[in-house]
Amino acid sequence: MTDPPPSNRRESNERVRRRYASERRFQWYGRLAMLLGVAVLAFLVLTVFSSGYSAFVRHQIGVEVFFDTDALGITAQSPVEELEQAEYLLLLRKNLFKMFPKIRKRRDRKQLLGLISSNSGGELRDLVVSNPAVLGTKQTVWVTSSSNVDQILKGNAPREIAEKSRLLGDKQLKWMDSLADEGRLRKKFNPYFFTRGDSRAPEMAGIWGAILGSFWALMVCLLLSFPLGVAAAIYLEEFAPKNRWSELIEVNINNLAAVPSIIFGLLGLAVFLNFFGVPRGTPLVGGMVLSLMTLPTIIIACRSALKAVPPSIREGAMGMGASPMQVVLHHVFPLALPGTLTGVIIGLARALGETAPLLMIGMFAFVVDLPGGLLDSATALPVQIYLWAESSERGYVELTAAGIMVILSFMVVMNSIAMYFRKRFERRW
Amino acid sequence: MFRKFAVPLTSTVIGLATLSSVVQARDSIRIVGSSTLFPFATVVAEKLGSRGKYKTPVVESTGTGGGMKLFCAGVGVGHPDFTNASRAIKESEIKLCEQNGVSKIVEIIIGNDGIAFANSVKSRQVNFTLAQLWVAMAEHGPKPTRWSEIDASLPNTAIKILAPPPTSGTRDAWNDLVMKEGCKSAGKHEALGKKKCAVFREDGAVEEVGENDTLIVKRLSADPEAFGIFGFSFLDMNGDRIQGATIEGVEIDLDTIQTYDYPISRPLFFYAKKAHVGVIPGMQEYLNAFVSESAIGEYGYLGDIGLVPLESKKLAEIRNRVKNLTTL
Repeated sequence: MTDPPPSNRRESNERVRRRYASERRFQWYGRLAMLLGVAVLAFLVLTVFSSGYSAFVRHQIGVEVFFDTDALGITAQSPVEELEQAEYLLLLRKNLFKMFPKIRKRRDRKQLLGLISSNSGGELRDLVVSNPAVLGTKQTVWVTSSSNVDQILKGNAPREIAEKSRLLGDKQLKWMDSLADEGRLRKKFNPYFFTRGDSRAPEMAGIWGAILGSFWALMVCLLLSFPLGVAAAIYLEEFAPKNRWSELIEVNINNLAAVPSIIFGLLGLAVFLNFFGVPRGTPLVGGMVLSLMTLPTIIIACRSALKAVPPSIREGAMGMGASPMQVVLHHVFPLALPGTLTGVIIGLARALGETAPLLMIGMFAFVVDLPGGLLDSATALPVQIYLWAESSERGYVELTAAGIMVILSFMVVMNSIAMYFRKRFERRW
Repeated sequence: MFRKFAVPLTSTVIGLATLSSVVQARDSIRIVGSSTLFPFATVVAEKLGSRGKYKTPVVESTGTGGGMKLFCAGVGVGHPDFTNASRAIKESEIKLCEQNGVSKIVEIIIGNDGIAFANSVKSRQVNFTLAQLWVAMAEHGPKPTRWSEIDASLPNTAIKILAPPPTSGTRDAWNDLVMKEGCKSAGKHEALGKKKCAVFREDGAVEEVGENDTLIVKRLSADPEAFGIFGFSFLDMNGDRIQGATIEGVEIDLDTIQTYDYPISRPLFFYAKKAHVGVIPGMQEYLNAFVSESAIGEYGYLGDIGLVPLESKKLAEIRNRVKNLTTL
């Protein structure tokens, strides 16, 4: 072979150089796209985190309370029902007024009460019920401050603005500062956020009710869609004859997976609520609607997992004399299980983040009591976040962000479990 | 291994299906209706629940129209006990109720609300007349693009208004109080008739946004040129971000709304199903709690979150109505 003439060699070198350059450019486009995605995600997580982390702490005010048995009308020996029904808020108010003896005017006293949470009477009640021995004694009780105090102390609401547009009045700020000087104002972990249901007082609102609601709904969803989905997938993949009907069904299932979720909500409203009379706004009907949504995802995942099992397994089992059902249940399906479970978990994670179908079936509601079962009124995590985002009080801003943090962490956990299944049990043939 | 699971799984599915067909007794109140009354109803509900004797009522925000539909669907535990409304019940809705056996309805007026026409505090406060608002928003008007084209006293900015959707009671009230009255004072009432007067223009100057007043507030504080329409309580809570325009020279505040001097003031209602009182636990107690002095009285807790109290004479009449459960 002779060398090409110098001019040719130069041209070919030039072409190679250009090809490398374009490849490098291509890689940089990819990196740029990824960088952009990561930047947007980081921005999202950062904004959510920076406005949400403060919801995990709350401010408390130490009130000197004399548990006056005469004023409450109970003693340490009273039965629990009587302990629960006593007027604790009144007692708390009187003791708070005693700490500020100079405040006499009705209007000012009302403003003073604006420093403590309107639900703090319940905290006193819980204290007495759990430990009746405090009755008749004098205690420093740390009650939750009002949301307005909390927001100003956390710096979420501005302090250095005109009184008219500030959350607290001038006098209230003065009293708040004097409490702080006396060491009667402290910042503590906020357990309510993780233990309570919704509340119209932001300082008392929690996400636990919504977590329970989501949990029950997802349980129903899992129990309905997993067996049905797997059964449908096995039949379609292993037993159904390949004809026009099964093709039609396949197209329809793939289609259903892409139907907007609000349609499933409308279907649930028409069929489950209006026709079957399932109680409105319960996790039962929520789970049923969500399972409609998850079914196609599970069927598709399970079918492709079954498809991935090599024919040699089937043929081997068949050769050993197994019946078609034994082939599927003893050999093919167990091998397809990891892939199926991955699909189930991803389907459930999607159902967890779904709001639109729940809107139609009455889970879009203000629910204070923790749902104890399938037939209690409940709401779900994303609905709770939306309800908080919609509320006008300033304290809900941080709750909204904190709620998003909770749902994001659930998503991360569920998707990690799915990934674990995939990595741990996946078999390469 | 599959056979072991097949039986319990199938029985669970069948169990769930039978469970769903059993309509069970309900021990908590269910409330539906207007998003304007949602903040008030939820506070009363929580107070009732926190006393421990009854479960906390569940409040669903469906909009006035949607609430009426659910409320009028029938009597029984499957249907809500109360519906909140930011306007009075319509003739057609009473008929629908009667058709479904809901014949005894108690109407309760809980207070007043002013509808704010507000912009960001970064802009200046403006005064509008009802006629000017009508001209700015009406389909069958001159459709100006800038406020200053209507009147020289108005700002020289583009007209951009965020309005509630047709399902909202706020919209109904706005149509009645602003579009109809403004149409009259603009002298177009005779020529157009009631229906045409109330039509919003559709060229983008008036934008219908969802039933989310917080969202409107956020958009207003981001866009100083825009105006928004929503209930007084949202203005009250966000005084550091938005300001209400004066209408016909009247400032929007508690006093002017209570006396109806502020022209866009309206009463707020809720409706109770008399047939459910005594069946669903806590119905009468919820009614009593709502009309109590500590709730809707002059210095009640609902006043703290933006409800404008009724005049004392009217309040006494409403309390009487609750006591005797006088139906419509």
